[in-house]
Amino acid sequence: MKPTNTSDPSHFHKVVDCQYACPAHTPVPEYIRLILARRYTDSYMVNWEANVFPGVLGRVCDRPCEPACRRQRVEEKPVAICRLKRVAADNKEEIKDRLPIIPTKKNGKKIALIGGGPASLTVARDLMPLGYECTIFERDAQAGGMMRTQIPSFRLPLTTLDSEVDVVLDMGVERRFKGDVTSMKAVMDEGFDAIFVGTGAPSGRPLKMDGLEEAGDHVEIGINWLAGVTFGHIKKAPKRVVVLGGGNTAMDCTRTARRLGAQEVKAIVRSSYDEMKSSEWEREDAMAENVEIIPNHTPLRYVVEDGKFIGVEFDRVKTHWEKGKRKLISTGEAPVLVECDLVLVAIGQDASFPWIERNLGIDFDDWGMPVLNKDTLQSSHEKVFFGGDAAFGPENIITAVAHGHIAAGSIDRFLNKEKDVNAVPVGEYSLTSQKMGIHEWSYQSAVSNDPRNTVPVMNLEEALANIDAEVELGFDEKLALSEAARCLSCDVQTVFLGERCIECVACEDICPMDCINFIPNGDEDDLRARLRVPAIGNDRDIYVSGELKSRKIMVKDEDVCLHCGLCAERCPTGAWDMQKFLFKATQIEVA
Amino acid sequence: MSYLKSKFHHPKLAKNDLGLTYRDYEGALSTLCAGCGHDAVGAALVQACFELSLEPHKVAKLSGIGCSSKAPTYFLGKSHGFNTVHGRMPSVATGASMANRSLKYVGMSGDGDTASIGMGQFAHVVRRRLDMTYIVANNGVYGLTKGQTAATADKGSHTKKGEEILWSAIDLPTMALQLGATFVARSFSGDKDQLVPLLKAALCHEGFAFIDVLSPCVTFNNHATSTRSYDYVREHVEAGNIADFVPSREEITTKYAEGESKDICLHDGSLIRLHKGKDGYDPTDRFAAINAIEQHRIKGEILTGLLYCDPTLRDMHDFLGTTETPLNTLDEKTLCPGNHALAGINNSFR
Repeated sequence: MKPTNTSDPSHFHKVVDCQYACPAHTPVPEYIRLILARRYTDSYMVNWEANVFPGVLGRVCDRPCEPACRRQRVEEKPVAICRLKRVAADNKEEIKDRLPIIPTKKNGKKIALIGGGPASLTVARDLMPLGYECTIFERDAQAGGMMRTQIPSFRLPLTTLDSEVDVVLDMGVERRFKGDVTSMKAVMDEGFDAIFVGTGAPSGRPLKMDGLEEAGDHVEIGINWLAGVTFGHIKKAPKRVVVLGGGNTAMDCTRTARRLGAQEVKAIVRSSYDEMKSSEWEREDAMAENVEIIPNHTPLRYVVEDGKFIGVEFDRVKTHWEKGKRKLISTGEAPVLVECDLVLVAIGQDASFPWIERNLGIDFDDWGMPVLNKDTLQSSHEKVFFGGDAAFGPENIITAVAHGHIAAGSIDRFLNKEKDVNAVPVGEYSLTSQKMGIHEWSYQSAVSNDPRNTVPVMNLEEALANIDAEVELGFDEKLALSEAARCLSCDVQTVFLGERCIECVACEDICPMDCINFIPNGDEDDLRARLRVPAIGNDRDIYVSGELKSRKIMVKDEDVCLHCGLCAERCPTGAWDMQKFLFKATQIEVA
Repeated sequence: MSYLKSKFHHPKLAKNDLGLTYRDYEGALSTLCAGCGHDAVGAALVQACFELSLEPHKVAKLSGIGCSSKAPTYFLGKSHGFNTVHGRMPSVATGASMANRSLKYVGMSGDGDTASIGMGQFAHVVRRRLDMTYIVANNGVYGLTKGQTAATADKGSHTKKGEEILWSAIDLPTMALQLGATFVARSFSGDKDQLVPLLKAALCHEGFAFIDVLSPCVTFNNHATSTRSYDYVREHVEAGNIADFVPSREEITTKYAEGESKDICLHDGSLIRLHKGKDGYDPTDRFAAINAIEQHRIKGEILTGLLYCDPTLRDMHDFLGTTETPLNTLDEKTLCPGNHALAGINNSFR
């Protein structure tokens, strides 16, 4: 195998599992380290730079980082990355003096941002400091998009949302709120230099079955119902509520219904429990509020008898996998009637663009989604860019933010004649030695044995009584520090300099995880099979050195490295060093 | 500050017959210099004991004084240990072995502890063929006292400060052969592929097993004019007989052509399977072994591998007819057989 090219950031970037998994590539270990040093405001700014809404995401992020966390592979549970983000947000001090300076002299380029959700706000955040003039078009009276309309306030307090949305709007973004955009052509005709479409996936999918018409307002689309609650149109729920669907929106529906007075709330899903789309923790949170989850039930019809709504009838099914495809097979048992007063349908949602005329040069595919360059998010019309759920269908907030960064970069390159819109930068990185002394590092090298800390919550009765009361209380400082100490600092890389190695193999002996090997070279499969613990069945890249004096090579399996620094402490010649790899996907000047 | 090694281990770490991982055979985190060969010797011993599925409490590690002799703290943390007086490990090991034959005895010594202050004790423990594995971590220098020349340093090589070494080196394997050791090997701390099978064979050998391990001192003897540096040893090592260790319960599957390999069967039924190196000789021939060591030395090479082994020779317990039962488990009835037995003994003198 050829030696790993460490001057290309891709190897080390992948080692930082959490950051690599984060769509916006938030430098997770860096901000956790700052929390450990109680530098909350600094930690918040590291987050803000990468993900714009740390306070929001610290509460409601889908956290793709946590399943990726190495801690899960070496211990049991991942670091509570998401909730540590909230710690930074809750404890931060004034940030105004740290925000980027918005030039008073503009660059003369005008950008339209359609939809006031996380994607558009991110584009504005990235472009305003560069001198662009941004205008946000929003249907509602306030920006925030689905963060406001679809996420209940007991999970995300309005004050948190407002303050982070305002930071962006206060950069001088022009607001055209409270008005639907009904024609793309009209927007284009206003002479914007670029248009970003971040309109989300606002149409909830209906479930058309027998009895739908007769059921009337006993059946509602989940996200519309949640928006109704947010805007105060809906203040009460009936006693018995059935939510159809097993995603995160479904879980939000159940918990909101509980707070509006529903006593028997059931989430009924077609899939098995383990295959449900919602995050595991969202299911657990719902169940903690006495929501019953019933898996393996496919809805058959809405039951209305003599004009009276009775409930929903279900067929009992089993999940069967055939050639990687899921099939739900009826068990043949008699259908089950679940009686209820209200059905909330949360089986998915779609982006739709009835307001974009089809003759403008913006191409759509067979599914009605825009045809985009995946790397730049530019549509077939060079001035039009898409992002968030409007780009490739429903994802999550952090993906919308990531799209916002990409689109902002593309728009900036597109409007700078000397730049090529397709020359997408890989991001900037730095590698800095953490060595302070023989046994001393400028990061916490010792590995904490603490199990994952649970976030304290309000008692159930109190939580259900007030829909605006944030149910999670957040980590206090003691818990936060214990949790932050669990981070393995995967961004502090083990960097190997083969020309210094004398092959005493002290590092191979000391490594608690048996990551390091000195063996004769071979092809990758062969090397993987010959390691102290074979690296078969993990798709992580192995770290390979050039040929050493004895003609062997150093091979490191990065999979379970604890980044404890013992290899570097044991090395008599400094062939190993612990170097912090700080990778930034976005470039924005933050003080 | 890391003076602790994390207890976390690789989730796919292999387990031995006792259900233990090699991590269960480790000791405290070493305080020897970073890169010390002795730590690699310790790691090889950990690996050997793990692979042999030795019960940790059935092993006793003994040592004298020196860097080598503090090393036992850093391996086999759940085994018995005795850090004795300088050069006096053999007599303590002898006493321990007399009292309890059921343990495996591992002596960890160094060039000063064996070839200087402990030479007299070493000579006699070899001569008596005590059933033990005696390891010398040989770096040709006194590291613990800041770098004086040891008796095993090569004539003509230089100390770190540039002084030439005037005296001829004591070759410990040659001495061990002359004094009657029944298993003699030499290896290099930087070559675990060779060292681990040798240690396993030595631990299974009944009788005195001696292994001289070239174990470079990174701090005081790893310079360009040293003959015990990592680079020098690696360049001048010549593996003679290459030993594979085959445990008694394992079926032998590899086949070698006639004359290429030789099996030596140990007491416990395990096998040492030897493949002849380029200057291979019969490793059961003591004269051939001494000759080969000397021939390589003259050529400026260091002969490693299993130099000699004869499992048929008797050990100290065989000579003395000691009891198999550890003394601490002998009951009163056995120890005081009564007047009848005494009368029998007295009668035999009449």
